[in-house]
Amino acid sequence: MSVLVDDDTRVVVQGITGGEGKFHTGQMQDYGTNVVAGAVPGRGGEEVEGVPVYDTVDEAVEAEDANASVIFVPPAFAADAVFESLDSDLDLAVAITEGIPTQDMAKVNKRLSEVDTHLIGPNCPGIITPGEAKLGILPGDIFSSGNVGFISRSGTLTYQVVDSLTDRGLGQSTAIGIGGDPIIGTGFTDALSLFEDDPDTDAIVMCGEIGGEDEEQAAAYIDSEMETPVAGFIAGRTAPPGKRMGHAGAIVSGSGTGTAESKIDALNDAGVPVGDTPEEVAENVEDLL
Amino acid sequence: MRLHEYQAKEVFAEAGMPIPDSELAETTEEVVEAAGSVGYPVAVKAQVHVGGRGKAGGIELVENDEEAREAAESILGMDLKGYTVERVLVEAAVDFVNELYVGVTMDRGEGKPVAMVSSEGGVEIETVAEETPEAIAREHVDPAFGMHPYQARRAVFDAGVDQDVATDVASVLTTLYQLWDDRDGSDVEVNPLMITSDDEVVAADAVMNIDDDALFRQPDLADIEQSSYENDLEAKAGEYGFDYVRLEGNVGIIGNGAGLVMTTLDLVDYYGGEPANFLDVGGGAKAERIANALDMVFSDDNVESVVFNIFGGITRGDEVAKGINNALEQFDEIPKPVVVRLAGTNSEEGMEILNADLVQVEETLEGAVQRAVENADSASVTEGSR
Repeated sequence: MSVLVDDDTRVVVQGITGGEGKFHTGQMQDYGTNVVAGAVPGRGGEEVEGVPVYDTVDEAVEAEDANASVIFVPPAFAADAVFESLDSDLDLAVAITEGIPTQDMAKVNKRLSEVDTHLIGPNCPGIITPGEAKLGILPGDIFSSGNVGFISRSGTLTYQVVDSLTDRGLGQSTAIGIGGDPIIGTGFTDALSLFEDDPDTDAIVMCGEIGGEDEEQAAAYIDSEMETPVAGFIAGRTAPPGKRMGHAGAIVSGSGTGTAESKIDALNDAGVPVGDTPEEVAENVEDLL
Repeated sequence: MRLHEYQAKEVFAEAGMPIPDSELAETTEEVVEAAGSVGYPVAVKAQVHVGGRGKAGGIELVENDEEAREAAESILGMDLKGYTVERVLVEAAVDFVNELYVGVTMDRGEGKPVAMVSSEGGVEIETVAEETPEAIAREHVDPAFGMHPYQARRAVFDAGVDQDVATDVASVLTTLYQLWDDRDGSDVEVNPLMITSDDEVVAADAVMNIDDDALFRQPDLADIEQSSYENDLEAKAGEYGFDYVRLEGNVGIIGNGAGLVMTTLDLVDYYGGEPANFLDVGGGAKAERIANALDMVFSDDNVESVVFNIFGGITRGDEVAKGINNALEQFDEIPKPVVVRLAGTNSEEGMEILNADLVQVEETLEGAVQRAVENADSASVTEGSR
């Protein structure tokens, strides 16, 4: 089983005519994802990787019955693309784009509260239900099907930890890269609640990092609301205060909040074992199952 | 991107924010001249990207030419928390009776902008926020509507600002929000906002941090000259377009993706080593970029060993391998031992391409990090025995 995506998901790719859009459409198709349409203003009527392109998301939804979108649109236009997918009443929108201005995302966030669409990202690798569908840029072959739900703020860290899980025969129900930006659609708490409600997810891995207080909030949620066991990992223990480490969100304030230590403590207090290495995370999951 | 105070004040002035008269100066003579034309008393203020300039000796209040000369001589060229002072702002001193704080930033937890006012200005607002959070009035703003004037007034009255100046302070806050919104600010602040005995309101300082991701629509700000790099290595990283942070240790680290690179740093520490840097080559890096990354890390004298950790998704292992080969083949002798760990997209092709005479290959992240830590340790031992 899975959350948010499965082999019934019908995907429209926004920005399908761009280099990344085209390449990853092929990759998603190879993985078995139902890519039913592309949407690029001014390019309606074309075909990319055998997929019909429409001028608007609305047209794609109407003609091909799409219910999810993946967004490979450059940062200057990406927020607009997200708004368009929200306006088309899709079940799911996945924004891969890195570098969307934070103020744009605040406006998206406001709109998100008024619609039923789930947004994953931006600045994320996407979402995958192994063996069924992937929406995004995740390398499909490291994933395997199973009962571990996976949530991460970082793309490459997802690959690293999933690799350790798969190596030990711990398959995944669904893996969600939620993205490392300060303002994102689906956060840890939202993703945890989706997995909590999924009968076929028996344990969850959440990979966090320094910056913000999302992991602390997630820990409180796990403590009060969740039955499904969770294993954790936090990147950035060695990060010096006041420095931005790549991700816009990954900055340690000097005052003690948002540090790796505060996140690890909060998770431990909620009964979540936090591994020191990706290998140890996989061991912890084994123990939880 | 952080603007200098003088740059931020230019933006403020254009928006109609009340600021003191001031001139920029780069030499002692210019300081004395500027002070004369602004009119004593003046504040001589170092223009560097650090907080707490006053405490660190970067701001002096002077009454005459002689004092101005002395202040200029002590501040220009001084080292302020790692930055050399190249310019000062010579600014009319404000005779104030009260100091406030006003600021606008993004509350990432709420996903909304927040406007803030405190009657406890003139000190580090972080300290106020920590010790007496109730002294800061906060107003969350719907980003779709912008800040309504009543919200600015409510924040000002909640902060206990004197009624005689409340309307003017609210107007400053409205302007500040507008600036934040129009200019893609991440943090825009005035601390202190000074109130004079005549109930005038003056922005005596100006902080403007701009969202780097939004610079494409702020071309005039993007063009502002930046002298914000701490050292040559960071300047070089800026030119190459890397996310790079220099640290104190001796194990150089290169990887793709912020989370994975941070994890590699943490593992170096976990296995008893000390990371020398954070260097993220980003997604989809081609061979040239990989070679540049190696060049960066070799340029750091502290580095005794290097670990390359790539887990390809959008990045391809064959491109990475080509880049490593290109970078290393130009050396007669490899400057520091390089451990490579390649996984993910096209990693098998990459392993075939990789010139195994030049690097040490490890299959796992843990193995690669341990090897790099050992390399650094043995280098230190060798140096120690010289």
